[in-house]
Amino acid sequence: MKTRETNLLIEAPLDFCAKIGATFLNFLAVVGRLVSFIIRSVKHCFTPPFYPSQLMRQLTDIGYYSLPVVGMTALFTGMVLALQSYTGFTRFNAEGAIAGVVVLSITRELSPVLAGLMVAGRVGAAIAAEIGTMRVTEQIDALRTLSVNPYKYLIAPRVLAATFMLPILVLIGDIIGVYGGYVVSIHSLGFSAASYLTQTWDIITQMDVVSGLWKAAVFGFIVSIMGCYHGFNSARGAQGVGAATTNAVVSSSILILIFNYLLTQIFFS
Amino acid sequence: MNDDKIVLSNVSKSFGGNDVLNGMSLNVPAGKSMVVIGGSGTGKSVMLKCILGLLDADKGSILIDGKESVGCDTKTRGSFMKKFGMLFQGAALFDSLRIWENVAFGLIHGQGMDKKQAHEIAVEKIRAVGLSPDVANLLPAELSGGMQKRVGLARAVATSPEVIFFDEPTTGLDPIMADVINDLIVDQVKDLGATALSITHDMASARKIADYIAMIYEGRIIWTGPVEDLDHSGSAHVEQFIHGRADGPITRRVA
Repeated sequence: MKTRETNLLIEAPLDFCAKIGATFLNFLAVVGRLVSFIIRSVKHCFTPPFYPSQLMRQLTDIGYYSLPVVGMTALFTGMVLALQSYTGFTRFNAEGAIAGVVVLSITRELSPVLAGLMVAGRVGAAIAAEIGTMRVTEQIDALRTLSVNPYKYLIAPRVLAATFMLPILVLIGDIIGVYGGYVVSIHSLGFSAASYLTQTWDIITQMDVVSGLWKAAVFGFIVSIMGCYHGFNSARGAQGVGAATTNAVVSSSILILIFNYLLTQIFFS
Repeated sequence: MNDDKIVLSNVSKSFGGNDVLNGMSLNVPAGKSMVVIGGSGTGKSVMLKCILGLLDADKGSILIDGKESVGCDTKTRGSFMKKFGMLFQGAALFDSLRIWENVAFGLIHGQGMDKKQAHEIAVEKIRAVGLSPDVANLLPAELSGGMQKRVGLARAVATSPEVIFFDEPTTGLDPIMADVINDLIVDQVKDLGATALSITHDMASARKIADYIAMIYEGRIIWTGPVEDLDHSGSAHVEQFIHGRADGPITRRVA
């Protein structure tokens, strides 16, 4: 009995350590696969043959069709920001800072992050579902048998389109978001239009906008690459495609938040 | 042996601890139709994917026109792919493209042919597989399973490949449509003078399209011979399989 108890005392911690080790090795393998996928995808973005018709289709799908979602998000965020800032700032008689708070918050943080998250939900999910379905129905294998590299035909156009279009969406979102704050401030809070605009122009710098656009480019890359990676490695069946879609949205959303912090640190520290 | 188009020698492939191909050897003669029969999960699809380069064999050799394809570089793989055409089990049509674009895909993107010429060839191939040219502008979702299979066949032969692979060409089709597809396969392969390698467990299909038959069991070829010898193969495994008997040397593991 004692020997059995002693064995259990030794084996339980060993099993626990083995499980931690296996999980860690599995994590490293996933990271390795993802990094290898990213390197391969980026390489194929810049080496011929190129598929301009695919790129045009993705520019339209990712850019043009995301405009209503991003625009609405920016508009209401700007409006709410003005309202909330007013509520808080009146306590300190700092209503004059509202225009500055709205424009800086929108351009530096809210427009790129919220646009990134909205596009992750709309585009990242769609990419993962489409490529995942192509994987399980052997369409990706069919591409290979027809002498077409799936990285060049499927992944490169999506990555290039998302990386290029998200900054444009964010720029439009910046304008709409600031306009939302302006509308609420002028029509609900009784601000003077001229002074609001003057305060906005006085506080904003080129770096505020440019940093947001760089963030947007990185977020666009993250959304598309995670969508492509999870779709490309989708397991079989409807459940596999569903899991790929969920993983694409969750992983790109988390990475957007992490990279937002890192990029803010780089730009403004 | 020089007239063999494809030669597999001791090919092995495993996934995790599961050995799917277990030292498999097979010779596919040039200009002939070889059909590999075998039950589900015996390694037929994996064998096909290893030859096509969609999966990498762990061990062994796969010669295509005498050139080694296991572990070959991207350029060599590309040159092999240009010789191949493939009809997938579910047709694997690109659902965002119209039918003629599916058929012309290999011509436009694989061979760099201009769209107008590719369109003409595509419509001609669509007609050759017994479909009306009117379907050329439809999307795959608008076609029935049998029609999709025909389009898949048209796409597989559009680039006039030297080797055509057929993955379960009649699975999921009614007996009449299955026979139509079998006839089309025989006609198209004959017209092109191509080598054909098919995998199936449909014996009617195998008898119709094969010059040679090989039987795969537990990741190995256990019998091969001309289709005429199938009924007197002398192999208990083949006998059991072609007659669809539950009792015999082939045991079905139920986990």
